[in-house]
Amino acid sequence: MSLSPEELRELARFVLLTKPDEIGCDDWLGYAPSYAEMVAARQPVPEPLRKAAEHLDVCPECAEEFRALLAALTEDAAG
Amino acid sequence: MTERTNEVWLQSLGGSGAADETAVAELREVLRRGLRRALAGRAAADDGFIEDMTQEGVLKVLDGLVTFRGDSRFTSWAITVAVRVAFTELRRARWRDVSLDRLVEDAPARLPTATPADDPSQDARQTILAVMHGVIETGLTDRQRQALVAELRGMPQAEIAAQMGLTRNALYKLTHDARQSLKRGLEAAGISGDEVRVTFDL
Repeated sequence: MSLSPEELRELARFVLLTKPDEIGCDDWLGYAPSYAEMVAARQPVPEPLRKAAEHLDVCPECAEEFRALLAALTEDAAG
Repeated sequence: MTERTNEVWLQSLGGSGAADETAVAELREVLRRGLRRALAGRAAADDGFIEDMTQEGVLKVLDGLVTFRGDSRFTSWAITVAVRVAFTELRRARWRDVSLDRLVEDAPARLPTATPADDPSQDARQTILAVMHGVIETGLTDRQRQALVAELRGMPQAEIAAQMGLTRNALYKLTHDARQSLKRGLEAAGISGDEVRVTFDL
């Protein structure tokens, strides 16, 4: 089994972003609503929550879901 | 729509006895509206899909009330749950007939082409590629390698997890450990993050 140059590049990107204390997708789901509310309301985000949100850098699926959630909440806040 | 605090939502939906039907109906409407906004512009998310995911979302929310942490509005949490349900289904529909084993096997079985030895930047690239390949081939477990490659080929996490018999968190830990092994392998070979960035134009 081997990887194409494009796949290796993507892997290298993920490896560079890898941190020892990342959280997983299910754990991120617990943080997502409050983080989304703060981002939607353009409020300052506390450091622990900002750190949890680093999950979005290495998880394209959670990032995609978060953008959708933000769209829902932003329109909700706008009425 | 009734204005409810988080506590009232929780009481109405999961307090003592059966859930309040008015509260369940209002939750359904919150999720339907949220999903319409969240999935706007996606061809696969037609009215029927939104309706199905709304129903699924209501069930998931009612089942998971104890996991609500209380640090956001209840409705924001409920929409978050429904959005995950909907995206999981959208991705599953696209990947339903793809076998993980086949996806991982159908790989180009070679290193990228060798480059002229007199180009230092290409030498560095070859070194980094060789280290990465070395860790992938000998430093990862079969399952780490399988999960990592499937992820790189775009298979959704829920689908990889299902086919490997893992929870999504367990899958994440598996690939996180694999990425850490790669990072350590590069560091052990004396390759810095900057060199990797330059090499891959990241």
